[in-house]
Amino acid sequence: MEPNSGNSIEAIDESSLKIGAQIIVDTLLEQGVETMFGYPGGVVLPLFDRLYDAPIRFINPRHEQGGCHMADGYARASGKVGVVVATSGPGACNLTTGLATAMMDSVPIVALTGQVRTELIGNDAFQEADTTGITRPVTKYNCIVKRVEDLARTIREAFYIASTGRPGPVLVDLPVDVQVAKCRHDGSKQMDLPGYRVRTKGNARQISIAAAAINSSEQPVLYVGGGVISANASEELRQLTEKAHLPVTTTLLGLGSFDQRKPESLDMLGMHGAAYANYAVQECDLLIAVGARFDDRVTAKLKTFASNAKIIHIDIDPASISKNVRVDIPVVGDAKLILAELLERVEFRERKPWFKKIADWKKKYPFSYDRQAATIKPQYVIEELCRQTASEATITTGVGQNQMWTAQFYRFIKPRQLISSGGLGTMGFGLPAAIGAQVAMPDATVIDIDGDSSFNMTMTELATAVQYNLPIKVCILNNGYMGMVRQWQELFYNKRYSHSFLTNPDYATVARAIGTVGITVDKKADVPGAIKEMLAQKQPCVVDFKIEREENVWPMVPAGKSLDEMDGLDMLESLA
Amino acid sequence: MKHIISALVENKPGVLAHVAGMFAARAFNIDSLAVGRTEDPKLSRMTIVVVGDDKVLEQVRKQLAKIVPVVKVQDFAGQPVVARDLMLIAISAPAEKRPEILSLIEMFKGKVVDIGQKLVMVEVSGPEEKIEAFIDVCKPYGIKNVVRTGTIAMPRQAKTEPD
Repeated sequence: MEPNSGNSIEAIDESSLKIGAQIIVDTLLEQGVETMFGYPGGVVLPLFDRLYDAPIRFINPRHEQGGCHMADGYARASGKVGVVVATSGPGACNLTTGLATAMMDSVPIVALTGQVRTELIGNDAFQEADTTGITRPVTKYNCIVKRVEDLARTIREAFYIASTGRPGPVLVDLPVDVQVAKCRHDGSKQMDLPGYRVRTKGNARQISIAAAAINSSEQPVLYVGGGVISANASEELRQLTEKAHLPVTTTLLGLGSFDQRKPESLDMLGMHGAAYANYAVQECDLLIAVGARFDDRVTAKLKTFASNAKIIHIDIDPASISKNVRVDIPVVGDAKLILAELLERVEFRERKPWFKKIADWKKKYPFSYDRQAATIKPQYVIEELCRQTASEATITTGVGQNQMWTAQFYRFIKPRQLISSGGLGTMGFGLPAAIGAQVAMPDATVIDIDGDSSFNMTMTELATAVQYNLPIKVCILNNGYMGMVRQWQELFYNKRYSHSFLTNPDYATVARAIGTVGITVDKKADVPGAIKEMLAQKQPCVVDFKIEREENVWPMVPAGKSLDEMDGLDMLESLA
Repeated sequence: MKHIISALVENKPGVLAHVAGMFAARAFNIDSLAVGRTEDPKLSRMTIVVVGDDKVLEQVRKQLAKIVPVVKVQDFAGQPVVARDLMLIAISAPAEKRPEILSLIEMFKGKVVDIGQKLVMVEVSGPEEKIEAFIDVCKPYGIKNVVRTGTIAMPRQAKTEPD
């Protein structure tokens, strides 16, 4: 009998005992896990041995960071919990960027990490790192399991915590001796979380007050974040906007929660948001925030943000309420339930002057660019992608200009359609996230709209897409710069382009070397044909668009300015 | 303003690190922190004294409550509580000064817990102001060492102290 087995006194039937690694796999299956991402290593070998014939699809990234972003993309695309495994030490350390990305964007992930034997912990053993210490600030919860008897319950709790309330990553650290220790696994579904409570049902009185505020508002704006998507509340949102007649702007992560083709859509707000969205927020008399957190890229200068408005804030996380702005009517709970209750209490109101004002702003300052230019404009590539995919593709992005242009020029029509690193702004997210999304939705068209510098960071994962024949598409908006860094250097650092350019490889050749299709596009006239060819591929495909090198993202609210103090409006107006 | 926050937490490894890490990461200032077991072996009590305005304190309470192993958070601001610090203080006490020092100790209801050739170690407990006052009156004699537990507190039934 193992020394740390829980069944100490009565005679043990050896056949009823299971090793920890098997208990882990059984608990993953109990939690409905069908797919995992991860990378093996010394102290997770017992677990990998049990995964060898488990009915779980396993995807090996080339790097643990990639694996974590894949689990993230899988989770965002499917709404399920993404699962990633890594070994101790470097494996666990490599997860941190992915965990922090998921933490900031509230994505449910369970990360399982191997750890050195319990008696070696703290001795600087080979490949030892203080994984729970390192990942504590970038996880919703983490813990180490030191007794095999606690394994099933802890992993069950990890899934529960990751997927309920405000979702987030949970890490469970698994010493190798616990993976091989035996105990009886009775299949009970216990949990023990005295400190974890989730309030889902909104306070009825607060909801009534919110409804009354909406009914009496002349100039309301709905400001919607990723919380509406993770709460699966898009349908309730649509009904509410129709019944109460409300304009809707979304954050980057909120894109897709509301059909952008509808006249009530104000598109994205914020630093690079639509001028009409920013103006509407600044002039509204009631701001209805749902599943959004008043991030500094949305509010710009806090003091002047929506300063004439009464603010309703609907959020599942009480700590988000009044964190950045003082909220007048907080409603804590699940957006889906609260919006449904709100729906019953709101009345239609025409608000003609308000919608007229919005329509005028929309007409005057649409997102635009020089359509006559001879060069390949990045915005043109995205518009053409949107046209050829009929707004139906699942889009991931890198971070920076490529991400903002995507947010501005692709028209999102359904939730979970845009997968982008918003809060943390993790360059290199696009490719592995696309792989994760494609795994979740084998039949969907999944396109990573990336920048050259973002793509450089994780392009090794192209080999993963090839190995598992995941037909993702990568559109590199290649300007040979870290575009957004260069834009800031142009605008605020006197065009001193300090270390913001790279010598890039020929991406089409790289794609071919990895065993798939690569296309280079350097003429504007070739853009539609190349996209058509790309979309026809049944395998991964990389298209390298040599775009206008010094194109900027407009409009832009410079740091420290108010949301309605946007640069670039003259240009948009002249192109309108 | 100074607030005494009382947090009931699961008695698990890493909880203190989690709480301390959250305070550091969100730039909240801890004035003192005292941790001890409760009557329930599965639970510990953290008493945290925090300085900040109402907005900061609201975030402190919410962020604490958000930590999974934190079971309950109370802010004692504005309610009657018994708040106590315990201090051990070593005072330099040559023979000729000892009577003076001993009478001070008596006035503060302190307890001599160790006497050496040159030093006397005193145990004093009470509200923070009393502890601070005792330190002040000891300064002229020379303080060699001070160790304090930080504040612990409990809400009271009666409105004022019996004495």
